Order: sequence, then structure tokens, then C-alpha cells
Amino acid sequence: MFPEYDVIVVGAGHAGCEASYASATMGSKTLLITLDMTKIAQMSCNPAMGGVAKGQIIREIDALGGMSGIISDKTMIQFRMLNRSKGSAMWSPRCQSDRAKFTEAWRLALENVPNLDFWQDMVAELIVKDNRVCGVITGMGLEIKAKSVILTSGTFMNGLIHIGEKRIGGGRMGEKASTGITEQLVELGMEAGRMKTGTPPRIDGRTLNYEVMEEQKGDENPSKFSFSDETQSLTTQRSCFITYTNTEVHEILQTGFEQSPMFTGRIKGLGPRYCPSIEDKINRFADKDRHQIFVEPEGWDTVEIYVNGFSTSLPQDVQYKAIKKIPGFENCKMFRPGYAIEYDYFPPTQLKPTLETHLIENLYFAGQINGTTGYEEAACQGLMAGMNAHQKVHEKPNIILSRADAYIGVLIDDLVYKGTDEPYRMFTSRAEYRISLRQDNADIRLTEKGYNLGLASQKRYDDLQAKKQKIADLQHILKDLKASPEEINPTLEILETSPIREKVIIGNLLKRPEITIENLAKNYIPFANVLAEFPIQVSEQVEIHYKYDDYLQKERNMAMRFQELEDLMIPDSFDYSKVQALSAESRQKLPKMRPKTLGEASRISGISPSDISILMVFVGR
Amino acid sequence: MFSSTQNTIIAVATPLGVGAIAMIRVSGKDAFSITQKIWKSKKNLLTQVPNTLLVGTIIDQENTPIDEVVLSIFHAPHSFTGDNTIEISCHASPYIVQKILTLLVENGAKLAQAGEFTRRAYLNGRVDLAQAEAIADVIASENENAHKIAFQQMRGGFSKQIKKMREDFIKLAGLLELELDFAEEDVEFANRGEIQKQVHQLSQNISDLANSYQLGKVLKNGFPVAIVGKPNAGKSTLLNALLAEDKAIVSPIAGTTRDSIEDETTIKGIKFRFVDTAGLRQTDDIVENIGIARTKEKMQASALILYLFDVSEFTPDVLLKNLLEIEQYNVPILLVANKIDIADKNAIHYFENFEEKYQKQIIFLSAHTQHNLENLQNKLADYVQMQPLHQNQTIITNTRHYACLQDTLKALEQVKKSLDQKFSTEMVATDMREVIYQLGTITGEITNNDLLEFIFTKFCIGK
Repeated sequence: MFPEYDVIVVGAGHAGCEASYASATMGSKTLLITLDMTKIAQMSCNPAMGGVAKGQIIREIDALGGMSGIISDKTMIQFRMLNRSKGSAMWSPRCQSDRAKFTEAWRLALENVPNLDFWQDMVAELIVKDNRVCGVITGMGLEIKAKSVILTSGTFMNGLIHIGEKRIGGGRMGEKASTGITEQLVELGMEAGRMKTGTPPRIDGRTLNYEVMEEQKGDENPSKFSFSDETQSLTTQRSCFITYTNTEVHEILQTGFEQSPMFTGRIKGLGPRYCPSIEDKINRFADKDRHQIFVEPEGWDTVEIYVNGFSTSLPQDVQYKAIKKIPGFENCKMFRPGYAIEYDYFPPTQLKPTLETHLIENLYFAGQINGTTGYEEAACQGLMAGMNAHQKVHEKPNIILSRADAYIGVLIDDLVYKGTDEPYRMFTSRAEYRISLRQDNADIRLTEKGYNLGLASQKRYDDLQAKKQKIADLQHILKDLKASPEEINPTLEILETSPIREKVIIGNLLKRPEITIENLAKNYIPFANVLAEFPIQVSEQVEIHYKYDDYLQKERNMAMRFQELEDLMIPDSFDYSKVQALSAESRQKLPKMRPKTLGEASRISGISPSDISILMVFVGR
Repeated sequence: MFSSTQNTIIAVATPLGVGAIAMIRVSGKDAFSITQKIWKSKKNLLTQVPNTLLVGTIIDQENTPIDEVVLSIFHAPHSFTGDNTIEISCHASPYIVQKILTLLVENGAKLAQAGEFTRRAYLNGRVDLAQAEAIADVIASENENAHKIAFQQMRGGFSKQIKKMREDFIKLAGLLELELDFAEEDVEFANRGEIQKQVHQLSQNISDLANSYQLGKVLKNGFPVAIVGKPNAGKSTLLNALLAEDKAIVSPIAGTTRDSIEDETTIKGIKFRFVDTAGLRQTDDIVENIGIARTKEKMQASALILYLFDVSEFTPDVLLKNLLEIEQYNVPILLVANKIDIADKNAIHYFENFEEKYQKQIIFLSAHTQHNLENLQNKLADYVQMQPLHQNQTIITNTRHYACLQDTLKALEQVKKSLDQKFSTEMVATDMREVIYQLGTITGEITNNDLLEFIFTKFCIGK
């Protein structure tokens, strides 16, 4: 019934969708297996994409030719550029999504990909021969052969839902868990662990009193995620609302602490500290007498509301009693309670930077199975795993993004070398080269790569080349565009910045914090005339280059500093056991992880700087 | 640069030109086979039992005997370096030592760089880094003070201090990272004024530490004291008395010392480097004038000036007048009245109230008879004791640490600048990361994880 596939993707969440889209688009015969085809790209938690650092990832996925940006654009109900009060390097796109439309759009997109087949079933076992994966066996007992397999199990592997003292086996509320694979992989020698995450209650929006809440509208001039002109930005938007918990809410919640699976120790897995449950917040930050709650609509038409900030696994009656004390929620009706879920993951240090496992050849992991959290984090891993599986089965080179290339590079590098004990979420502070890795230049950084791999389209590539040319043109013009004090000082006075004494190159004025390309054009006609011929995406790049010139240079210097270590190759045959000066931990870890360079070795957790200096001597300094 | 660990390295392990026997150490994979090539004895080196001694002859290519020597044989890993090692004890003639070294090099050995044996020992796991550093320090420290600094650093006083500064700074930087990553959250952001204040404070602390480098160097290399005075004030005699040997040529002829003479001696466990200088006077003698110019340089380079005068020749007024010239160098001055053994009682009497009157203490002594020399020695030791080292402050002696601190200061200046100019948060944060990086290079911790760690423990983050 089935041919031999190049790639089988197990799971159709954000990781699985990007993985199967990438491998099939690049030309691999791909099969996507999911437990329930109506749940493709389900937003299990909040109905939103992007955010600080996460929005950058979506832009990167889009630049490489992945689909998350386009799908988000097509299904968003509100768009906001976060961090607008900071410099443009920090701007981060985020949207509220229509949950139902989001899954529908993904399904349609996948159905349009030639080479991509679907199968609804559970994968119960991997077929592994000589430490190489060659297919799967499904819950129905079918054997499907494949050259490579990508596991994107999300919260489904041995998923266990907690609500108060109730425990329900399942991968999401009302959906069955998957079983068998963890046990098999552990048997084969892999190490597995448990992680925990949670979700808040869903509420009937018709029963809320928005009058007492603070409205949070979308941007006045909303942008979008995708660099392509396939999608448009929103013309109408839905608002979110902000309200707060209070001590009364906290006191009621505390009455449930004795039945909390978090505090009674029934939950063994570690949850994310930056996405804590409300009971965790009250417990750890007892001095705070209120916590922020975001009321987020789940779509254009639905009345369902997502109560962001109120993730909980307390008994549902406690949840309900407490939530009714939140201003605006006095008369609310609940659709379903919040819950916590525990699931299996495999510490990602067992992976190569291509996301292939060290132990079993051609087996790839992506998403929560690697200990991450978040749709964006999952999606980008899926994309990279899909690309790399395709490359591997077609005997083409690995695709590895470095920490200086992309947030995706930072994420995978952190995972495979440092590993993670708690669900890993991306932050800008994780990136060394934050000012270079911006949302606005993801296309410049990555589209050429995506195009060369056959993922980003010809049109994308041509558009990028045209944009780059225009940037160069504008830079060239601005290099010679000067102003005398008489000409520009009146403008500088309006902008409340100090006047000049000698002729200046106008571009250099952009380095001043008070001056932006926008307010300068508004107040200085000759500059506005020059800009008029260039689209905003182009002038924005030029502005950033002036504004961040010194800092971009600093990051390049920093990158070079680290590159020195990256250039020191460790021979494959290197015998760590002979280097007695290495710490015991290093001697045990390094042969297992086989870092290719000293740079990689230096990022492995537990490898001390003195171990690196010793290795440096051995590998030929 | 060090040679590859595959090489066999050699070095003379005893001081050159001292003693009757010199020892040459040969260490490395091929130590035995290389030595065998210049070895003549009934016993073959390669089959020799470890930890034994062998007597034989070193020969050159033409079989000409060079010296009768004793070999000590150590097999890997049971040697200081952990590699095969031979110690050749030969006669300490510079010719013989040089010849043997040349023969070994011609047969494939490499001359060791300073510290290379210790480094081998470190790489072979015979000693750890701390021990290796301690060994280097023990070798380097020749006096009590250097030991004291080395000991303080070994205990980790310095790195503890840097670590603490780094941690404090991470907290500060964390506040900015918080603004960048959690703009949507309900958290209060850091007051820029407070950050500026703390950056300033850290700059001050780092700069104090960096400044201690000069003192640290001084204590390690000897506390430099310039002996200055008119010709024939008895400077060379005083130097000889302090050194307890005849280093300087002494004569009654003024201007005998044409150039500066330096030597070190230890007083009460403190190493001093005394510089005897050419006497200061107006002269047309070109050579002597060069000497006087050099004296001025030496005064500037010293940490203390001993101003010596013949008590019979000076009145307080003359002394004060002469001091004017010395005081311009801004180096602390200690006054020493010399030749009290031959001075008229009245001459000393003139200076009786000098100390109260001018707040300047004078030590009266005779360099010639060494009468009261001990007073001067005590005074010198006390003077150094008053330096910050003895007030339990951290002293920097390591050049690398000094360079790192300088880089940290530079990075801090940049932070100040970007705060002053109200640069946006991500720029300030980038500058602050540089400070953390630079501090980390001293203690060896370079990662951004610490920032997040701080944020998570301190703030209620997350929706």
C-alpha cells in the first residue's frame, strides 16, 4: 500500500508541518502521519504567533521559505510590533490568530504540496536496523518503509494531563496520548526525561464585562510576518483586553494548593520558569498583590476567550471560583478548565546540529521532544530537520545555521551543545549578536540559503536582489548628501537636538538617538525628496545601518573572537581518554558528543574554560 | 611558542655559572633514544631500569669524549613532566654544558621555552592548573611579599573579588535585558540614574584594582628606592652598607659614581631594589652630566627617594632649598643625615626641631660605621608595610589580569557614554555585555546564561 518514503514525519504540529512542507517541497517523497487529521497545526495553547525573539524566528522561517509566516499572516486577527519603544533592532512582530483558520490554512497549504502524502494513525514503533532507522510500524500494525524519520511528538508521548488531583492520559484535552516509542528508544540506549507545561481556562467571551478592562488594540499601521507579497497586512483587527488578579483571587487559589499536582509533587516534570502557572507566581512572588491577565479572542467569529496569564492545574472548581473574582470576570462562564500536562522528551544533547540523533542514523527530532516550548521554536526545528533529512537521503551537505546567522542557529546550538533542563524558550538575550539578528533583515540573512536549497521561490530570490540593489543605491546617494548648518539647523532645532557647526553628511545625523529617518524626512524637504523614490523596507535598512554602525561592528568583532575557536578543528580520531588533564566530566562527555571544533566543545555544558585551553594546546595551537 | 608535545625538550636545570655540577634535563617521547646517540657506556640506555643512575661518557659525532656524566633515568609517566625523562649531571663548565646541549639539539631535541616543563606536567595531568600556577609563583617569588601576593591569589582573593563584581554587574545588565525581552510584562524597569551610579562605582573599583598593578609589580620585583644626594654625601657607602657588600666604588673624590648602580636586598622579608645615583651638582663633565640626567630618570621611576646629606655640610635652610629640586618628582622622600660619626655635635643640633617645624622626619646615621643603619632599615620596612597590600587589599601582579582590567575599564567607559547619550536600551545592553565578557575573561566564565538565570530568579515573568 505504501511506497518507500524518503522522509516520514511523525506528528503534524508546528514542527511536523514545517518539516513535511520543507522536505516535500525540496523534492523528497514525504509522508506525514498524524493521530487526527482535523488537528493539523493545532494551537494547543495561546492563539498567537510571534512575540519578542519568537517573532524574529517566524521571520527567519519565512525568509528560508517555510510557511509559518504566510499562515500567520493569512489567519491573524490582530498585529502588533512589540518593543517599539526600543531601537528598531529590538522590534518584534506578534499576532493574535484565528485558531480554527490557522489549522485550516496549514492543511490547505500542505495539501497543495506535491510529493506529500498523509496518513492518520499512531506510530507505535520505529523500524531500526544496524542503528539506522528504516521505517515505522503504526498502531494499526502497518509497516511503512522510509529512508529517514522525523519525530515531532509534542506533548503526546506518554502525555499525562493533571487537573487538581485528577489525572487523565492524553496528548491534549480530549485526545489520546501516544505510547511505545519512548520505551523503544530507551531500550536502544537513548536517555529520556519528563517535562511539564500548562494552559489556562477558556471562557465564554459573551459573559465578560470589558468595560472594566483596559483595551489593547492592534497597531495603527499593522505590518506582517512574510517578506513575500503573497499576503497583506490587516485592515480591521480585534482587540485584546488587560485586567489584573487581586489578593482575593490569590486567597481562593491558595485554598486549592493542597490538591495542586505542582505542590504535592505528583508532577515530576520541570515546567518553564518564564511561563509559570498562576499558582506558581503567587507562591514564588508572594509580595506581588496582582498579576496581569490578557484576555485574548480565539478568532474572528468565535466567542471563545483565552485567559493569558492564568495557566493553572488547580481543581476546576477552585479555578472557577477564583477567576470570577477577576475584574470583568464576575459573571463568566467557563468552556473548559486550565490543566497541566507532562510528556516525554529526549535531552537534546543526544542530537547532532542537524537534529539527527547521534545514536540512530537518519532519525531526526524536532519540537517539544527536544525540550523546547513554543510554536515558533517547534516550527523552526521542524523546518531544519525537514531540510536536513532531505539533504541526508539525497547525499547532500548538512544545513547548519550558526549563532551569527539566525536565532534558529542560536536555538539549535543551545539545544545540542548546552541541552536544557526546563522547557526552552527563545529570548533575545540568548543571542550574542542581537543587533545583527533582526526581524527586518531576516531575508537578507537567509533567503539566499533557502533559495539555493530549493525552498524559497525564484520570486523571493529576485525580490531580495532588487531590494539589496535599492539599499545599495540609497546608501550611495546618502554618502554624498550633505547639508550646511544654515540648511539643516532649523530642522535640528525642531527635533530638539544640538545644531551643527560645519557641513555634515546627513546620514551621519541618523546616529543621533533623537533623529529617525521618518522625523528627518518630515522636517527636511531635500531628504524627503531623496527618500521618496525608495520603499520603506529599503530606507529602514539604510537607517539601521547608520544607527547601529558601531554596534554592528562590535558584534562582528565579537563574532570573530569566537570564530577563532570555531576554526580550531578537533580531528575525528582525537582520543580524549589520553588527555589526562581534562576533567572527568569532559573526558566522558566529549567522546560522546564529538564536537567538530573547539568552539562547539566550549559550548557544551560542563566543559570548563580550562578544559578548552588544554584542548587548544593539543589540537595545534 | 611552545613546541608540540611530540617533541623532546631540553634545558639546563641549574643556574648557569654557579656550582661545580650542572644538570641538563631531557624530557619527551624520544628522550632515551636521543641521549643514547651521544652516550658511551657498556650499558644501553634503552634497556635501563627506571629510577636508576648510570655513569658514562658523552661523546660527539667523532666519538670524542666531551665529559664524564651521571644520568638519572625516569620512565613515563613517573617523572615530573609525565614523559620519559633523563637528567644529565655534567661538569659545570659553560663549554661542556653548551656542547652537550648542541649535541642533543643536533640529534633531534628542542630547547625548552620558559615554563615548558611545567606545562608538560600540566598537560600530562601530573599537576592541575592551580598547581602549575603555584609552581610558577614559587619559582618566581623571591621574597616574603611576592609570596604573600601569590598566596592571596592562590586562595582566590582576586578572582573572588572579580567574580563578585561580575555578578553585581550581571544583575545590573539583567535589568536591561529584562526590558528588552519582557516588554509586555508587568515589571518595573530599572532607573537609569541608579544604573549610572553603579557603573560609576564599578569603574572606581576596577580602576583601584588596576592601579594596584604598579604596586604589585613593585612588590614582586623589589621596592625601588633611589638614593639621592650631593656628590660625596656618602650614597655609595650607604648602598654598600644596605647591601652588606662592596658593590659601588667608594672614594673620597666627589663624583666617583658616574652612573647609577642598582642592586636588590631583602630587609625584614621585603625585597628592595636600591639605586645608587650620580650626585647632583652643576658640572661641565659630559659623562657626569649624562649620569645626572639618568639620576633624574631613576628618581622618577622609584617609589621612594632616600635623600642623603652630609650633616656637617647642611643647615636646615640649605636642606630645604636642595629638597625643592627633588620634590618636583612627586615621589615620597625620606631624609637621611649621614656622617654623624665625624660630625660636630652642633651640626646635628641644628636639625633638632626640624621634624616638628617642617613635618619631615630625618634619620641620623653613619653609613661608614653603620651606626643607626638599623633605624633606616626599620623605617624602610615600616614604609612598605603601610602600603595597601598590608591593609589586606588585593594587589594585581599578573600582566594578563592587568590588561583585562584595562579592557574592562574601556568597556565601562563605553557604557557610561551610551548611558549619557541616552542610546537605546539594546545598545547599552550590548556595551554592558562587553563588560561582563571582559570580567569573565579573568575568571574564565563567558556565557549569557547568567543573565537569564538572574532574571528568572528575581522577577515574576510569564503570562
